[in-house]
Amino acid sequence: MKRKEDPRLIQGLGHYVDDLSLPGQLYAAILRSPHAHARLRKIDRSAAERAAGVVAVITGEDIRGVLGTIPVAAALPELKVPPHYPLAIDNICYVGEPVAVVVADDRYRARDAVDLIEVDYEPLPAVTDPEKALEKSSPRVHEQFKDNQACLWKIEAGFPDRAFKKADRIVRQRFLNQRLIPVAMEPRGVLASYDPGPELLTVWSSTQIPHLLRTQIAAMLNVPEMRVRVIAPEVGGGFGSKLNVYGEEALVAHLAMKLGRPVKWMETRRENFLATIHGRDQIDDVEVAVKQDGRILALKCRLTADLGAYHQLLTPAIPTLTGLLMLGCYKIPAVKIEYVGVFTNKMATDAYRGAGRPEATYLIERMVDLVALELGKDPAEIRRQNFPKPKDFPYSTPTGVIYDSGNYEATLKKALELAGYKKLREEQKKLWKQGRYLGIGLSTYVEICAMGPSSAMPAGGWESGTVRIEPTGKVTVLTGASPHGQGQETSFAQVVADELGISPDSVIVIHGDTQAVPYGIGTFGSRATAVGGTAMFLAVQKLKDKLKRLAGHLLGVDPKRIEMGEGKLVVKGKPKKSKSFLEVVQAAYVAKTLPPNFEPGLEATTFFEPSNFTFPFGAHVCVVEVDAETGDVHILRYVAVDDCGNVINPLLVDGQVHGGIVQALGQALFEEAVYDENGQLLTGELMDYAIPRAWDVPRIETARTVTPSPVNPMGVKGVGEAGTIAATPAIVNAVVDALRPLGVRDIQMPLKRERLWALLEARGS
Amino acid sequence: MGVRISVKVNERSHTAEVEPRLLLVHYLRDVLGLTGTHIGCETSLCGACTVLLDGKAVKSCTVLAVQADGADITTIEGLARDGKLHPVQEGFWEEHGLQCGYCTPGMILAGAALLAENPGPSETEIRRAIAGNLCRCTGYQHIVNAIQSAARKLKKSGGRKV
Repeated sequence: MKRKEDPRLIQGLGHYVDDLSLPGQLYAAILRSPHAHARLRKIDRSAAERAAGVVAVITGEDIRGVLGTIPVAAALPELKVPPHYPLAIDNICYVGEPVAVVVADDRYRARDAVDLIEVDYEPLPAVTDPEKALEKSSPRVHEQFKDNQACLWKIEAGFPDRAFKKADRIVRQRFLNQRLIPVAMEPRGVLASYDPGPELLTVWSSTQIPHLLRTQIAAMLNVPEMRVRVIAPEVGGGFGSKLNVYGEEALVAHLAMKLGRPVKWMETRRENFLATIHGRDQIDDVEVAVKQDGRILALKCRLTADLGAYHQLLTPAIPTLTGLLMLGCYKIPAVKIEYVGVFTNKMATDAYRGAGRPEATYLIERMVDLVALELGKDPAEIRRQNFPKPKDFPYSTPTGVIYDSGNYEATLKKALELAGYKKLREEQKKLWKQGRYLGIGLSTYVEICAMGPSSAMPAGGWESGTVRIEPTGKVTVLTGASPHGQGQETSFAQVVADELGISPDSVIVIHGDTQAVPYGIGTFGSRATAVGGTAMFLAVQKLKDKLKRLAGHLLGVDPKRIEMGEGKLVVKGKPKKSKSFLEVVQAAYVAKTLPPNFEPGLEATTFFEPSNFTFPFGAHVCVVEVDAETGDVHILRYVAVDDCGNVINPLLVDGQVHGGIVQALGQALFEEAVYDENGQLLTGELMDYAIPRAWDVPRIETARTVTPSPVNPMGVKGVGEAGTIAATPAIVNAVVDALRPLGVRDIQMPLKRERLWALLEARGS
Repeated sequence: MGVRISVKVNERSHTAEVEPRLLLVHYLRDVLGLTGTHIGCETSLCGACTVLLDGKAVKSCTVLAVQADGADITTIEGLARDGKLHPVQEGFWEEHGLQCGYCTPGMILAGAALLAENPGPSETEIRRAIAGNLCRCTGYQHIVNAIQSAARKLKKSGGRKV
């Protein structure tokens, strides 16, 4: 089915934040710190205040005691939480930290006036390397803490030390999972307006979590929550970067109230690079204990996560997901993980597509390949050997999660067949002899998604869904999930239409407006369909029961004998005895012929609390040739076999898989956020930070196996992050495999051509 | 201070006094209210603001409104004719060529400009033609399919001028 979202989007008729304008609207522009670490001595804003069109200039002093701090929802043992204000007060801790806001009648004039603000900074020494930051001699990012260690989190299970003693071999490797920048095509943006009559503050924000944002804005501004309305209009991509509460959201709302006029702020791309959350940035020192036959007995990892200067909403929690998933899709009985979170003078990291799970998949999938190399075995064979079998599910891992369902061998088998694995290996041998570097990379992954039971989430893991059948038989669905490109306006309409026996054209899905939709959590962690979709599915079941009761009453038969037909409710076995859908619906509203104790109207809401996460899985095969002359990586084939449980709309699933794989390809080959030692972001623009373009990416061959999830009645798992979680190690494994004849064991991402060229030169290819 | 310009946008003529520094994209969005043209970087690196200027795909964030004086401009709002979608728009809808939709108007116009010049492009030519337009959602495959689908349709119908 074609998407319901598309007619407006392909004609330029959708409304993103910047497309909205209100009468009397003002524009905000933000002055940001050029220093990574400094004391704020003095700010002179007088010239800016005098500039043409300027209405107000505010600094940290103006919000001291007025606006609350930016929230962090993650709870971890020994977590240090530095106060994080929407505008810097006293100290600066990263380049890009907001220092002042100018509000003017025109966006050009607002930016002009930003340049007229004079700030006297006292620069302080900065630290940008997380390992140096842990040394005693390091400058401290926050003076009030005795060191830069932000948190410490450990898992130990299954006697890992004993397992290491029993090992035939120990394989060790350090992996650097570089810092990334999410780069949603629409930068962030906020428009706020205060209506003094109804005392209503309305905030339009490019966000993935409108309800959570509303709660936090109410708290930060100290405004009663029922007087705040948040609307996420069209949102131009998020990838986790808009799963957050940002200082600008509070600042713009505050200014709209203070000035009594609507205020709009649109992030520039430069600001987006500096001051929207970053992703990844982990150092993983891994060792595994293996038996000669290929069994993996235990894994140990010291995980050092560079969290940046402050916590955003989930910053310190992201690496814990790496920990929970670190054993991947293997039955490894013992584990020891120590995660150290570190403050540095950089932008905060937080959830970026995959959020902690790509790091886990990368290190375990690279490690399994190293074990194969060490033992002289085929990487596919080592994987098969260590998979849990279908009868092992639900499978409890030593890290404390329960994989719901799976058949890992089946996806691997299918992927190897589609790729023609055996032939590829033969071809590889031939080409190696000719001095050509063909490589085949595997990634068999599992992921934690459909986040997720509330017990395991910082702030609620349930979702709301409302279905309302209107008096004319048309249907309005309200979902607390706030999709922003994933296509739930279509897939949710499909499900409801199927259940009610009506056309999807008769269903509309509303989301993103806290005044229209019951409280919800949002879209992230591949949860919208598995959790939000289930809430809606259960709500529609309530309405089906009600419709059947009423139809039974109208037809004079036991409601148990009524079933849903196409556009009607029918007595089982008697197709001629029926009432049309519309007749029953109208009877519920006219309410003259209702059974006793039957509530009029047709609206139902469910708040669905899942019993567990879901665990999609799959097998990806990447085939590359590395150009011996230039170091260029040519991806010749990319085969993705994914299992995300039952599928509602195959085309949408393919779209998610393609996009996810290409984001992973970006990390594997090009993308890297680089700060210099003074804390300057050297990759601060699209010119210096390369996200994949159309000509950089191969055609992707997709296929699926279907293992329904037992966690929800639709048997769906989620697919938004699968590609990003799976593909990075598939690509790197392929390149490392290609260069095996040169004795290459590991290469640090991103695999840029200059890095590979230097390697080829050094190894005398 | 203002400079007088006359432009034709989506078949309609407009005359305005604009600041010399006003970007074409802001003229289209803020003055004419045509918000289908999006801003993604203001540095001509992302292509979200692509419009057709005298038939050529240009990035309207790095064209001054005064430079467009006398030009004939097509934005995404003007691509459908007589209530009928352009084949590239249809292609994007049918082949799932968009997710969040933010890059889509620019991407569609880049695709339309390509097909106006080269009605039967190879996959490589399509990927080259849209390399200046970034998409973070789709992985480009369905976008390429969409433009291929439009090319087939245009061939069948004997072409259409953009």
